[in-house]
Amino acid sequence: MTAIGRTAPVRTSRRHARDYVRPIGVVIVTLFVVGIPMWMVLVNSFKTTGESQSPNLALPKVWNIAENYAQVFTQGDIVGGFLGSLLVTVPSVVGVLVVGSAASWVLARRTTRVMSFLYSVGISGIVLPPAVITIVLTLKNLGLAGTVLGMVGVYMGMFMATVIFFVTGFVRSIPVELEEAARIDGARPTQVYLRIILPLLGPVIATATILVTLSVWNEVFYAFFVLGGGSTSTLPLNLFQVASQTQYTQNWNLIFAYVVIMSLPMLIVFIVAQRRIVSGITAGAVK
Amino acid sequence: MTSATEAPNSDVLRRDAGPAERPGRAPGGPSKTERHNTKNLRSLARAQARSYPAWFLIPAFAILAVFFFVPTILNFVYAFTNWSAFHPGVAFIGWDNFVSLFSDGQVLVSLRTTLIYALLVAVFQNLFGFVLALFLEKDTRLNRTARVFFFIPVLMSSLAVGYIFQAILQPDGALNGFLGLFAGHSVSIPWLGSTTWTIVVVALVQSWKFMGLSMLIYLAGFKTMSEDVLEAAKIDGASWLRTLRSIRFPLLAPALTFNVATALLGSMNGFDVVQGTTKGGPAQTTEVLNIFIYRTFGQGLYAQATTMSLILFLVVIIIAFPVIKFLRKREEVL
Repeated sequence: MTAIGRTAPVRTSRRHARDYVRPIGVVIVTLFVVGIPMWMVLVNSFKTTGESQSPNLALPKVWNIAENYAQVFTQGDIVGGFLGSLLVTVPSVVGVLVVGSAASWVLARRTTRVMSFLYSVGISGIVLPPAVITIVLTLKNLGLAGTVLGMVGVYMGMFMATVIFFVTGFVRSIPVELEEAARIDGARPTQVYLRIILPLLGPVIATATILVTLSVWNEVFYAFFVLGGGSTSTLPLNLFQVASQTQYTQNWNLIFAYVVIMSLPMLIVFIVAQRRIVSGITAGAVK
Repeated sequence: MTSATEAPNSDVLRRDAGPAERPGRAPGGPSKTERHNTKNLRSLARAQARSYPAWFLIPAFAILAVFFFVPTILNFVYAFTNWSAFHPGVAFIGWDNFVSLFSDGQVLVSLRTTLIYALLVAVFQNLFGFVLALFLEKDTRLNRTARVFFFIPVLMSSLAVGYIFQAILQPDGALNGFLGLFAGHSVSIPWLGSTTWTIVVVALVQSWKFMGLSMLIYLAGFKTMSEDVLEAAKIDGASWLRTLRSIRFPLLAPALTFNVATALLGSMNGFDVVQGTTKGGPAQTTEVLNIFIYRTFGQGLYAQATTMSLILFLVVIIIAFPVIKFLRKREEVL
């Protein structure tokens, strides 16, 4: 399609045949590598427990769709998990972006040695793993163990470094002159930030939002420690619950019904905002 | 699945000192111009402090302090105590936790498993991502659709991906069923049952989940390459393979840095995929550090779990920084 004009002007039939090899290869590879696992999930989520014991690629002998999906809604508490995930994800993402961007502006603009040190401290969390056990201890001492607030704090602490890294780099590319004009007109720092800088941060905030949302929504390790025993649960935590119900065999039909439903929100968001997500993720990585 | 968020940390190392932060206060009597410079810098700093108030930093750093740095410091303290669920009170016991963990060999086994796992994931994930990027490079409608498909696993929960592959790889699972069609008889290979090879299989699963992300980063890397250089190579009669090896691959260095760093960090902190597929088995041969921490914490051995968490922290520092530095240097040579 793109090669027209650049290749030989006369297209021989051999050339024509070769043109089909690659697309067919793409279809086959995609189907095998991603399509078959997805088919396996979907088709086994329609089967009865007995039939899904040996999960294969065949269509169900007995269709059990309504029962399975109804059961995960009641037993797996999809609604509660979904609300819990929202309750944790939305404040974490909004919070870390609001306070992280504000800090990044100052970190990017002030050039003292102290600020340079604070910047290094701020982004060190990109590499350093959070200390999971003592996080639980800290939350207990603060009375936040098992609470949504505690979980939100932990996620904000974990992803602050990512936000500071991306936003500081972006602010440095915004000319200072834009701010100075407003300052001469008597604008206070807060006004300069809110009226001049913040509106320009759109692209980088989009990138950070995508990355942090994806990570927090699917996170389960820290959620085990922080929310375990509390009243709030998230979708991945509930999936773990569903999968741990039986000791020696797995109810694959229920597990997969759960996986299908819990994957839908991110899948829908991705399909709707595909272009922005792809350009958002790649923008920060390759400079 | 923190991997997707690990940003190119490299700038820690590159931005060692900004241009305007060398006040050069020599101890033995500064010269006139130096004193002048220092004065200028001080007034610049004061002007900056007025325009960019420090309180903007407070919420972010307060949260970092409470939820990240305090726990990290406590990690260093509680690793030296007998903190556990079995008795009230906490007392210092020196290096006992380290001694007992090292003497029964658990640390070394978990550490080795974690490092092998991280290395395998870094290799597989980048190999798959790179091959996919080459394969789907042309901007046709079909390729764009295929890219979306390969990105679906990235969007899914790692735990869910782990369960999916547990089902695919179990002895009476989908893969053996599929192989049986070709073999003509039933196949029942226990893909997750080998004490030697299961770690490789789990690393392949983790790589399958994240290869779409690596692919995307490599594709972006290909897009940023200058057309002129590639055109010049073409005019010089360089073959596709030669161009790839001598020009396109070296120019891909920043993307490679990002991908290797995220794959390494993500898998050293890995938990979900291993938990979903093997739970650390068989015979603890896939028990990475975070699985160990989860298990010991569940047993009430808090101090031991803390010690392991501290060891993970130190290992990440020892491994990740030099690797990133090395990859950065590779970029600079170009």
